[in-house]
Amino acid sequence: MKILVCISKVPDTTSKISFKDGNKKFEEAGVQWIINPYDEWYALVRAIELKEKDPSTIVHLITVGGADTEPIIRKALALGGDEAIRVNAVSDDSFYVAAQIAEIARQGSYDLVFTGKETIDYNASSIGGMVSELLDAPYISLATKFELDGTTATITREIEGGEETAEVSLPVVVSCAKGVAEQRIPNMRGIMAARTRPLKIVEPAAIETLTQVASYELPPAKAGVKLVAADNVAELVRLLHEEAKAI
Amino acid sequence: MSVLILIDHADGHIKKSSFEALTYGADLAKQLGTTAAGLLLGTVNDDLPALGKYGITTVQHVNNESLNNLDAQVYAKTIAEAVTATGADVIVISHNQTGKAVAPRLSARLKAGLVAGAIALPDTSNGFVVKKTVFSGKAFANIGITSAVKIISLNPNSYKTVAGEGTAEVKELAVTVDAPKVKITNVNKVKGEVPLTEAEVVVSGGRGLKGPENWGMIEDLAHVLHAATACSRPVADTHWRPHHEHVGQTGIQIAPNLYIAIGISGAIQHLAGVNRSKTIVVINKDAEAPFFKAADYGIVGDAFEVVPKLTEEIKKLKGV
Ligand SMILES: Cc1cc2nc3c(=O)[nH]c(=O)nc-3n(C[C@H](O)[C@H](O)[C@H](O)COP(=O)(O)OP(=O)(O)OC[C@H]3O[C@@H](n4cnc5c(N)ncnc54)[C@H](O)[C@@H]3O)c2cc1C
Repeated sequence: MKILVCISKVPDTTSKISFKDGNKKFEEAGVQWIINPYDEWYALVRAIELKEKDPSTIVHLITVGGADTEPIIRKALALGGDEAIRVNAVSDDSFYVAAQIAEIARQGSYDLVFTGKETIDYNASSIGGMVSELLDAPYISLATKFELDGTTATITREIEGGEETAEVSLPVVVSCAKGVAEQRIPNMRGIMAARTRPLKIVEPAAIETLTQVASYELPPAKAGVKLVAADNVAELVRLLHEEAKAI
Repeated sequence: MSVLILIDHADGHIKKSSFEALTYGADLAKQLGTTAAGLLLGTVNDDLPALGKYGITTVQHVNNESLNNLDAQVYAKTIAEAVTATGADVIVISHNQTGKAVAPRLSARLKAGLVAGAIALPDTSNGFVVKKTVFSGKAFANIGITSAVKIISLNPNSYKTVAGEGTAEVKELAVTVDAPKVKITNVNKVKGEVPLTEAEVVVSGGRGLKGPENWGMIEDLAHVLHAATACSRPVADTHWRPHHEHVGQTGIQIAPNLYIAIGISGAIQHLAGVNRSKTIVVINKDAEAPFFKAADYGIVGDAFEVVPKLTEEIKKLKGV
């Protein structure tokens, strides 16, 4: 069993978001970087659990990014995984990134590719789907449970207003959401071990891009809250009805 | 050149988010000087010609029941064939659970650039630039699609449905549909509730409500407003509420017309999931709660007193 886990580097959830160069670039100064929470808490931890259950399982991590993503991939390795691969390319085009991952996935003949359900910076929820298409493999998105029995995966996924359970034969690409696993905290042994685990650097394949960021903008500031006294709830209802036209 | 819009459905009915996508696609076609068609995969009980009222001229129908279950691989291939058959060059899909599974696959298959989570019509004055939310609602990005064929997945609740006059012509589309590789073995839907991502009004509770036994008043308020219920992360983590109600950066992102936050402090990770709501009401006993800074209306007070009164006042307004 070979599992490839996609890892992305994103700004910490409390980061103040701002832009520079005429709103064309994200301002990275002062930003703390973390592993994308869905990649870390769900995709990676589930892969590690599968390896704990069957020690012959091989878990590889992959990221597409510059040298500045290495601290993040080391942090991920501290949780688990046998080896990490960094495709040495920087792009904000999902197709370009997905095609690099698919290239590695194809060469390595992985049985399972795990991603987080989306990254908390671009929120596109795209990489897993694109990788699956490029591999011509089935895709289960927004998984909330993942069980493996031999080469059959039983996966529960979010649907509007509920969940459904699906069965599929490997290989499969799965995007992982809450429920697939529980967040883990790396321990000292893991952190030490991560230093000696191989981190391979691979040059990117020649792939076209399909999109390009033109600019960023911040939402307009809120006008400020209108407070209503707690003993005058009728006034709130009036405002919501007449002013906001929300009810 | 034309616009093709995926008509998404469940349990025999077209989803509300698809009416938004149809309106959006028809408006986009107008902007581009072309026509818009809907694409229905599978079967529904709804009136298909009536979809013309959203501005589409045609419904392309792949009448095959196996498509009532979502297998993203089969969907992407079938849609790609429909794109070829109709000569469409812009495809619109809702950025809901179906869209998140299908749109990226279709993008890779057709080498068609995808903007996932669009919130407005593209700017076509110089290229094809689509606005989407990024950083979990804390900012927007304007993204140019550079490929010939383009895919937009539209955030639910971000484009207003407009129904006018018109009838669409329904055409059966003969394309090959592969056998699904994904076998659905069980579907578990919460019956009778409004799905959170489609709800116009959401009533949400946090740790300030002290325990799951106090959710009755939240449900009562939601009931009079025909609202969906939601909660903050610790509430879901402690199993006071089911995890599909968890909104925020690591939960579901929503953009209802009205979001009522009760006993929620308004941490930045919570706001990231709800800050695109059109009107935000905060009820919190702490005047310093950060949520008030993101709110439009607020009451500083004890939820256990305010919420039942609010329910009563809304009942009065609605005459029930
Ligand atoms: C990486 C990361 C991701 C996260 N993702 C999310 C996420 O997706 N969604 C999310 O919600 N959180 C998320 N969090 C957690 C977030 O930081 C907050 O801890 C959480 O939102 C707080 O939940 P709460 O407001 O319900 O509880 P609290 O912070 O405990 O706030 C309770 C509030 O209730 C008020 N209150 C108490 N009693 C009453 C009363 N009787 N009447 C009225 N008001 C009362 C209090 O004044 C207080 O403001 C995340 C955190 C991290 C680190």
